[in-house]
Order: sequence, then C-alpha cells, then structure tokens
Amino acid sequence: MNLKNKNYSGNQLVWLVILRIAIGWHFLYEGLVKVLDPGWSSIGYLLDSQGFLSSFFHSMAANPEVLSTVDFLNQWGLVLIGLGLMLGALTRWAAYAGMLLMAFYYVSHPPFIGITYILPTEGNYLLVDKVLIEFCALGVLSIFPTGRYVGLDRFLFKRKQ
Amino acid sequence: MDEKKKQNKNKDKKITRRDVIKGLATLPIAGAVVYGAYKKRHYEKALNRTIADELGMSHIQPEVAPVKSGGKEIRIGLIGFGIRGKQLAKGLGFVHPAEIDEWLAGTQANKNDTRYSDFLAQEDLNIKITAVCDIFDTYGQMAREAAANVHRQGTGGKLEELPERYLNYRELIASPDVDAVIIATPDHWHGPMTIEAARVGKHIYCEKPMSWSVEETYEMRKEVKGNNVVFQLGHQGRQTDAYGKAREALEKEILGPVNLVEVTTNRNDPNGAWVYPIHEDANRNTIDWEQFIGQAPWHEFSLERFFRWRCWWDYSTGLSGDLLTHEYDAVNQIMRIGIPKSAMSTGGIYFYKDGRTVPDVLTTVFEFPDKDLSMVYSATLSSQMSRGKRIMGHDAYMELGNTITIYPDPGSTRYADKIGKNILKPDVPMYSYFPGKKDVDAVTSATELYFADRGLLYTYRGGKRMDTTHLHLKEWIDCIRSGGTPSCDVDQAFEEAMTAHMGTLSYLHKKQVRWNAEKETILI
Repeated sequence: MNLKNKNYSGNQLVWLVILRIAIGWHFLYEGLVKVLDPGWSSIGYLLDSQGFLSSFFHSMAANPEVLSTVDFLNQWGLVLIGLGLMLGALTRWAAYAGMLLMAFYYVSHPPFIGITYILPTEGNYLLVDKVLIEFCALGVLSIFPTGRYVGLDRFLFKRKQ
Repeated sequence: MDEKKKQNKNKDKKITRRDVIKGLATLPIAGAVVYGAYKKRHYEKALNRTIADELGMSHIQPEVAPVKSGGKEIRIGLIGFGIRGKQLAKGLGFVHPAEIDEWLAGTQANKNDTRYSDFLAQEDLNIKITAVCDIFDTYGQMAREAAANVHRQGTGGKLEELPERYLNYRELIASPDVDAVIIATPDHWHGPMTIEAARVGKHIYCEKPMSWSVEETYEMRKEVKGNNVVFQLGHQGRQTDAYGKAREALEKEILGPVNLVEVTTNRNDPNGAWVYPIHEDANRNTIDWEQFIGQAPWHEFSLERFFRWRCWWDYSTGLSGDLLTHEYDAVNQIMRIGIPKSAMSTGGIYFYKDGRTVPDVLTTVFEFPDKDLSMVYSATLSSQMSRGKRIMGHDAYMELGNTITIYPDPGSTRYADKIGKNILKPDVPMYSYFPGKKDVDAVTSATELYFADRGLLYTYRGGKRMDTTHLHLKEWIDCIRSGGTPSCDVDQAFEEAMTAHMGTLSYLHKKQVRWNAEKETILI
C-alpha cells in the first residue's frame, strides 16, 4: 500500500468511493429539490442565522438582488458539487467547493452554547454538528481523491497519468 | 527509442474498455438520484393536485386595487393625533419629521429596519390634510407639522404650509376647506363627531369601535345613510388578504358544518393593557379638559384618565369595544354572521388593580342559533400565550391569523375516504395560505408556518410589504372619488357596535342579554 502514490487497497478504494457517492447523493438531491421548487428561497434559513456573523447573513436576506444571487449559487452549487462527487468529475475541486459551502452553513448556524435555532429542527449538537462532519468528510475526500480510479477524472486526467 | 515512447504515450491516451467501465461506474447512481428526485416531486405535485381539486380553492392572489389617486385632491380634516391618529396620518402619507429622524437612525443602526423606505414606497393618495384638531396643544402642533411634511423628510427638511389647527372639532367639521374627516378620538366622541360630520355632508373614516353607547349607534347609521356620505370604520383587518382566502374556504364548505368559533386576545405588557405613557407637556393649561369630558360624566382633571382613557367605561368600551371588535369583524367578514341572538359575559379586574373600571379578563359567549353557531371570545391582558382564531368544522379545522392553515378532522365524513387512503393526514395541513408566497400548496412544513406567523415570509422578496391601515384608508378615499362602498361600511359597523355592546352590557348586568332583530334592540 502506498498512499503517497494514491495506490489504495481494494477495501480502501471501495469505502472512499462509497463515501464520495453518499455525500454526492446528498448534495445532488438537496440541489435538485431546490431547483425543482419554484417557490424555494434561502430567506428563511438566512434570517434564522445567529452567532458572530449573523448580521452578514441577515443582510443577504434583506437585499432582493443579493438574495436571488445567493439562491442561485446555492441551488446550482449543490447540484454541480453533487454531480462532481457522484460522477468523480473534478473530484478534488468539488470537495473544496463543498467544504466552502459547508463552512458557510456552519458559521451561519454555529452550534454554540446558548444558541437555539428554528432550522434545522432535528438533533442536538455541541460545536460538532452534521454540517461539520460532512465538512470533515469532504476534507478526507479532497486528500484521498478517487475520481481517477472510479469516475470521469479517469478521462479528464488521462494525459497526465 | 523515441518511436517506442510515442507509441507508449498513445497507448496511455487510448481509452480502454476498463476505463469506460470504471470511469462511468457511478453514472447510473447519479441517474437514480435525478430520477428519484423527479419521482418524489411528481408524487408531491400529484398529491397537491388531488387535494386542491377536492377543495376547489382558487390560486388567485389578491392584488392591491388599481391606483385611483388621479382626479380631485381630497382635503382631509384630522381629529385626534394620539397614538392611533399618528398611525392613520402615516397611512395617509404624513409623518412628523421627528419620527422620520427616528426611522433614519433606526436604519443606520440596523439595515433590516426598513420603516423609512417602506414609508417612502407607500403610494401617494393625492390628498391634503387641510385641518387638524387635538385638544392637547403639543399633539395639535405635531399634527400640523406632520400634515405639512408633504415631502416625507426628517427634521430640517422642507415643510409645506402648516394647516390650521382648530381648538374645537365642530369648527373643523364646519370648515369649507374640509371634504372628509378622520376621527381618531376616545370612543365616547365617535358618535357625536360622526353624526355632526354626516349632517354637513363630510365623508367619515371613524376609528373602531363605531360607538360608545347603544343609543347613538342608531343615529349614526341614520345620518350616514341619510346624507349619503362615505363611511369607513377603522377595522384595517378588512384588508388582510388571508381573510379573503378564509372566506373562500368557508364558501366552498371545505370545513363542513361549523358550530364553534373561538377568538381570543392575549396581551401581557402595560401598553397592551392601555397604561400608556403620560406626556411631559401635559397639564391643565395644555389640555382642554371640558371638551375631553364631552358626554361622559364629569370628573376632575386627571392625566391618567386623559392618556389612559381606555381603562374607564366613562370614555371607553373596554375589551369588548377595543379588541373583541377586531376579532368579531374578522369573523363577520369571513362568515357573515351578523348580530348574535344572545351574549353572555364574565370576567373581572384580576391583574391591573390600578383604579380602572374595565375588566382585564373577559370571556363572552355569543349565540347564533339561526346559523347553528356559538362564538367564544376569551381575553386576558396578563398572558401573551398566542392563540389564533379557530374555526371548527365537522370536516376540517381552520387556524387563522396572517396565514391560514386547514387540517382535516379525523372524524370527518367528507374526507373519510381520503383519510383512509392516506391522501389526507389529520396532523398534516391539507391547505395552507401564506400571503406573498408564490405557490399556494397543500403540503407544507411546520417551519414555513413558523416563519409566516412571524411575518417573515412575505416581507422581502419581490412583492411589496403593505400596511393594512394604509390600504384601508386608500379604499375609503377611492370610494369617495369613485362612489363605491367601503368594505367596513356603516351596516357592517352597526353589526360590530351592537355585538360589542351586547358583550359589555352582559358583563355589566351579570346576565345574558338578547338581540331583538325585528326591533333592533338589545334586551337586558
């Protein structure tokens, strides 16, 4: 096994790909739901923001032009990141972009002591929430990319290989 | 050697069968997500359509009536510039510069404070406040400055000519410069002012409740009708678009037979209990106390009574007149219930033992036997527990506020089949309506409801935020120009007044009171 050369063992590769597909599925579905719903907007989520950056997120909600840009970037960002992870296309960049999005979600709704949210309604967290875990998992995927083994990156990066 | 390298490179570039299988291995899974998302969406849409077809609710969203502000400028006389008078002036487009300063400071401190930009966006009604009257000097002067602030600017901005301040309302009503009056005075003045204005042909916007005594109510109606003036009672809830939708739902009998309606008032702060601040400039010299008393029993000068008049029957109509009327008018607008056959009230002064005579806890049960309906009003000024209007039908239950939510009843006859097939679920709303939202759908989440209740859903995006008071005044002014009938006209007002008086009289006499519909009298 030589991780430096990205030569994964069979089991390692299988689980890394499963993780990549699972996160990709989650992103893609979240994105599609929003794209398919003409009434969807991030306004409720943004207004629910608390913590040290809340005024920044509230101001996004208050400005209709900014809001529609945020909505567009969020829904199509989710779709493209999801497709990237799922298909193994530009996998590393998809992971980075996903981490950026997760970071935004995290700082807009930090699970700190003494803060309660309307959204999301499930689960109780202290500092570590599902967003942070997904962020970490994407971190793992960015270090151990698998698109060149199972995925379209096999073609995209063929020449370099 | 070079040739071999080249060959090798070409070989690398060549896409093998193995490449294709491994490269596209996950494509079917991506396809599954897209297909799954489509299926799920399709299922929800079909479910919505089934429910919507069953209910037959329209997808029409009410719009603001077209602008009719062309034509002649209407000259308004404003009587009363207290808390409500200021709000009405704002609804007309006139705000005191000092208040605009406050809004501007608010916007600077918090970008989400849009009071000033909302006000600037409010339509110009093509009116002029040509006369003001307030019996407290400070308010009288403020009213003049607000009326002159045509350009909607803060302190130091350009003011137009200040209108005349009349010391007596009679002179204002008689003034040839006044086409229409706005009455925003204590309750015991609504009657005399309305009657006087109607007699000289001035149009009237009167704050609720319509009247303070039963007797004057008849004369108010007679004079308004006899003199053909446009009368609007100040129940701005008439403009709440959710009520229009609720009416549609009732007309389509979505709820089935409705036998019980529950309406409520919950407040829990001194301001909500009418303990308003006393202005520092107020004293015997700056207030015309004799004019304040009017038809009320004489009492020595009292700043409490002047500013907190709602706490005494001498000038007020208590919970019944001040707050039940809003609830009743909403239900009357939706269900056309009219005047009840009987009313029975109980309650008392249980929290604010500050010398007031009106109760702070009140429960009234109104009976409408012709409609097989009871309406319960229950109010407290010492708990803020929020309760909406609840309209309970055999087939479904409606919760009503700024939003509408309808739940099917587990024991429903009409929906039994759909509940059995799991198309309708008793704990999931089968219809929701959020004003301003693009889609009206049947399946919705608790979170959306939460936001809508707080007015967050229809505030920012695309659609404008509208002030119901402005719309209610606009309707009145449009009717003056075009000769229509406002939504809360004198007949609706009469029903409101008699219902409220029945509630009050029952409380005071500690017995059930009844309505004689033929003679239009209250029997105690």
